[in-house]
Amino acid sequence: MKILVCISNVPDTTSKINFTADQTKFDTTGVQFVINPNDEFGLTRAMWFKEKQGATVHVATVGGPGVEPTMRKALAIGADEGIRINAEPTDGFFVASQLAEVIKNGGYDLIIAGRESIDYNGGMVPGIIAALLDIHFVNTCIGLEIEGNKVKAVREIDGGKETLETSLPLIIGGQKGLVEESDLRIPNMRGIMMARQKKLNVVEPVEAIHAMSDKTFDKPAPKGPVKLVDADNVGELVNLLHSEAKVI
Amino acid sequence: MSVLVYTESENGKFKKSAQEAASYAYKVAQDMGTTVSAVCFGVEDTSALGNYGVSKVLKVQADSLKAFNAKAYASAIAGAVKKEGVKVVVLSSSTDSKYLGGLLSGMLKAGYVPNVVAAPDSVSPLVVKRMAFSNKGFAHTEITTDIKILGVSNNAFGVHENKSALTEENFSPSLEEGIFSTKSVNVDKVAGEVTIADADIVVSAGRGLKGPENWEMIEDLAKVLGAATACSKPVSDMGWRPHGEHVGQTGKPVASNLYIAIGISGAIQHLAGVSASKVKVVINTDPEAPFFKAADYGIVGDAFEVVPKLIEKLKEFKAQNA
Ligand SMILES: Cc1cc2nc3c(=O)[nH]c(=O)nc-3n(C[C@H](O)[C@H](O)[C@H](O)COP(=O)(O)OP(=O)(O)OC[C@H]3O[C@@H](n4cnc5c(N)ncnc54)[C@H](O)[C@@H]3O)c2cc1C
Ligand SMILES: Nc1ncnc2c1ncn2[C@@H]1O[C@H](COP(=O)(O)O)[C@@H](O)[C@H]1O
Repeated sequence: MKILVCISNVPDTTSKINFTADQTKFDTTGVQFVINPNDEFGLTRAMWFKEKQGATVHVATVGGPGVEPTMRKALAIGADEGIRINAEPTDGFFVASQLAEVIKNGGYDLIIAGRESIDYNGGMVPGIIAALLDIHFVNTCIGLEIEGNKVKAVREIDGGKETLETSLPLIIGGQKGLVEESDLRIPNMRGIMMARQKKLNVVEPVEAIHAMSDKTFDKPAPKGPVKLVDADNVGELVNLLHSEAKVI
Repeated sequence: MSVLVYTESENGKFKKSAQEAASYAYKVAQDMGTTVSAVCFGVEDTSALGNYGVSKVLKVQADSLKAFNAKAYASAIAGAVKKEGVKVVVLSSSTDSKYLGGLLSGMLKAGYVPNVVAAPDSVSPLVVKRMAFSNKGFAHTEITTDIKILGVSNNAFGVHENKSALTEENFSPSLEEGIFSTKSVNVDKVAGEVTIADADIVVSAGRGLKGPENWEMIEDLAKVLGAATACSKPVSDMGWRPHGEHVGQTGKPVASNLYIAIGISGAIQHLAGVSASKVKVVINTDPEAPFFKAADYGIVGDAFEVVPKLIEKLKEFKAQNA
């Protein structure tokens, strides 16, 4: 089985988010970039398929040279090879079109993407790829088992979960649940050394449409101070929620 | 050239997210000088849509399409788009709608912007305000393709009543062979419980509760309020609560009217996923807990004392206001 894990390079979850003075760009000053958490769960599941079922695992990212440290981390975790599509990931449709091309040429059986990137929260790349390539697709995937060509996948639904049966080739939008938090791996020295020897191929983008563009950004309005209610006067909270906040 | 809204239903009734999506579609249609068509699956009585500005409804009644199937639904909706010459498609932010968003975008070569939080800035060009960076920012995004898809954030635009004359049409989409090749074999869902996605009120608890055996009072509080229950990430990681209850940046997003956080410190990843909620209440023993900076109302106190009192006071309030 040949697996491609699509990795998006995102600000660390603890990052403070700021925009440039003219409000047209995300200000990356002082921001630490990491593997998108949803992709890290997917990559870890891919490692399981590699170790238990002999799968080959490649990772792909659409991005400039600046994303390579994140890709090296994925290689240090255990992916066999990396592919960087050398273009700015300006919109989900463009990114999906680039990845679709790599998938088509690479003959992958399983493509693991994330439910969403935590930067722009697009949640669209895997679905677009599925439609462009006409392959099976399971979103918000929290469980995945594969025997031969047969797939059993579990997806989260509002208020529960649904078990699906399908077959390869398949793309998933994965999230926590694919593996547990405690299964995540911190690359060790050996992994990091080995990652340096692994291939990180750079390919140029193909012609593709841009479906949208971000014009400006703004931040939520600052919050007023919290109104404190005494622990001995809980009834007051009920009053406030009813007559002031009007939510009960 | 109409606007098409996908109106989701459950057991033959439209969901609240469908009413909100229809309300939004009506606003877009008005700005564009056109009307709203809806497409729905397995709904007998569609008259409710006439309250939210829908002029025409395409009813899909095929038995094979009664239950949600992403690829089949996306294909059917794409069929409706082509048939009606639709330029803007409106979806909600439910898990199913988000499943459809990417698929439709690829099928229709249409730009898709999810998590839209306000009426369009403009319709020509179409520019919308959407959540980004897990609620730490907003982007004003232009869609440049001919057909455009919008996903409306829960509870952000609201449900608005607009009476309209509604016509119905049966719609039998032509579906390719093999469209059902991803099959549902089991749905595991507690009947009758409020889900985090649909809830007006969410009651959430964290590590401050000490152990899973103490969740009874959280469930009781949720019951009095008609609320959904949720939890912080470590609580689900430790198996105190099911994964589906984990909210935050890497869990489910919450955009309820009221969010009550009990024994949750308010880590940045937690806040990022719940800050779209309108009113936030925190109950925590530690006055320095970061959640107090993000909350509207707070009680510095022990959950094991405060929560039972709160349940009691709410019961009294309900008895008086019944
Ligand atoms: C990549 C990444 C992603 C993450 N994503 C998420 C996410 O999506 N959602 C999420 O929730 N977290 C997420 N986290 C974890 C997050 O950083 C925090 O660790 C977590 O939110 C803390 O959970 P907690 O508030 O329940 O526990 P704690 O931080 O331990 O807080 C417990 C609180 O309970 C209070 N308390 C103790 N006893 C009582 C009592 N008797 N009565 C009242 N209060 C009491 C304490 O004062 C304390 O404030 C993520 C972390 C990382 C690194
Ligand atoms: N620039 C990118 N390069 C590679 N994969 C990406 C990129 N952007 C998004 N993805 C993949 O698509 C998933 C969903 O991203 P998005 O649609 O941007 O929210 C991510 O979790 C990744 O798996």
